[in-house]
Amino acid sequence: MKLIEAIVKPFKLDEVKDALLEIGIQGMTVTEVKGFGRQKGHKETYRGQEYTIEFVPKVKIEVAVNDGQVQRVLETITRAAKTGSIGDGKIFVRDLTSAVRIRTGETGESAL
Amino acid sequence: MKASAQWKTFIVGLAGALTLLPGLGAGQAWAENAPLKVDSGDTAWVLVSSAFVLAMLMPGLALFYGGLVRTKNVLATIMQSIMILSVVSLLWILFGYSLAFGPDKGGVIGGLDWVGLSGVGSQPHAVYGPTIPHQAFMLFQLMFAAIAPALITGAFAERKRFTSVVLFAAMWSVLVYVPLAHWIWGGGWLAQLGALDFAGGAVIHISSGASALIAAIVLGKRRGYGTDYMAPHNLPMTLLGTGFLWFGWFGFNGGSALGANGVAVSAIIASHAAACMGAISWCGAEWMHRGKPTVLGLASGAVAGLATVTPAAGYISPLFAILIGLVAGMSCYAAIVWKGRFGYDDSLDVVGIHGVGGVIGVLATGLFASKVVNPGGADGLFFGNAGLFGVQLLVVVVTTVFSLVATFAILKLVDAMTGLRVSPEEEATGLDLSQHNERAYS
Repeated sequence: MKLIEAIVKPFKLDEVKDALLEIGIQGMTVTEVKGFGRQKGHKETYRGQEYTIEFVPKVKIEVAVNDGQVQRVLETITRAAKTGSIGDGKIFVRDLTSAVRIRTGETGESAL
Repeated sequence: MKASAQWKTFIVGLAGALTLLPGLGAGQAWAENAPLKVDSGDTAWVLVSSAFVLAMLMPGLALFYGGLVRTKNVLATIMQSIMILSVVSLLWILFGYSLAFGPDKGGVIGGLDWVGLSGVGSQPHAVYGPTIPHQAFMLFQLMFAAIAPALITGAFAERKRFTSVVLFAAMWSVLVYVPLAHWIWGGGWLAQLGALDFAGGAVIHISSGASALIAAIVLGKRRGYGTDYMAPHNLPMTLLGTGFLWFGWFGFNGGSALGANGVAVSAIIASHAAACMGAISWCGAEWMHRGKPTVLGLASGAVAGLATVTPAAGYISPLFAILIGLVAGMSCYAAIVWKGRFGYDDSLDVVGIHGVGGVIGVLATGLFASKVVNPGGADGLFFGNAGLFGVQLLVVVVTTVFSLVATFAILKLVDAMTGLRVSPEEEATGLDLSQHNERAYS
């Protein structure tokens, strides 16, 4: 099992969600996050006082999947979240050692 | 030849001003002459103007400042304006008005004859609006007295204890505002020298600007100033306040004509022209300097234009008002950009807008005032009377120095009584919760 963490532009969230639902992903967790990569932040000016806002708002989507689904999910997110300009985000894949469905107590892949 | 004559008059005027001889200029006509008659149109206009000025303070200034601070301090900032309005209004009725406008004592202060408004009735006063009830003039002046100390709160925003804000404002009103109002408007020594301040460029804007400077220095910077993100938390709120200020200024300057007449009209036209030019001037300066036009710049420029034209409003033609607005917008923007180099934290730019604008406006009055516009005024340097410019220069120096020194003393006194600043922890929490147990947005 893998946990896929995709950090994407907030306005791309709906497209990514719909694309994942289309390929049969049944659940995901979404968090509003801030951070920066090569995009850097932006500048704000108030009465001549300049502030550099380093942390840019992003959305983090977490999806837990079987090993067999990983490639497809990565391709789907990449396709849906891409604008081609800097700041489109990143996807990280982690090993997932266990999972439990709380209602039934199922564990492992059947809990996903 | 004409220029040298002008300079001669200027020097004579300045010398005359410096000798401080009472009665040198045209003295005030105190005597009761023919019975004065109340004019309903004039009275209606001054009453409405009083309400206009009330709207400048609350909600105008309250929202203007409220939007500029951070989320955690918005209620405290708004509350300071409302509390100062309440306290100063009462002081004014009890004895402030009498000290400022009561029968002159040696050119320095008004007497106690009108304490509790005794003797201030529905009959007009010969000097304070011969066609309106004396009480209407008192009410209009009350609003001016209330807004001046509220302007200063911008200098120490986000860090001053509530009790010390209230104490400071009450003492400042009596010890700084009242004497200045008497000197310039109440028949005091500067008035006797012929000083012109149509609606408070010196009495309100220079005094609050100079006091703001010393207050910002004495209180010290906000924690995290220069490193933390301290951007305005709600610019639409600030813009709403700007609208009320702009609107209210029609009464502030227009009402200062003390009647519904041609001077009121020209004062309002001058005010509006200066506001529009000030807005464009500041915004344009910022656009060229920083690459983007900002809405806060546009709003700040309008306020700078209005503050700057205030002392001149009823004495100048519209084209000079546009020139004043142009200079005001660029100069006040420059002052705010340069603020960083001096290292004081005048949080909401009272010095840069009201102080700088007030000085420019009072001096501009000495240049551009014209008896053609207002027969009750005087001619400025551009109209052959350099002496007026000398007097206006003296007004700037006296108002600035007096405000700096007296405000410094008041701050030290209040510090000894209650302390000026909140604790670092309270400051981090924010004034809304630490001073008032309230939160603006839950």
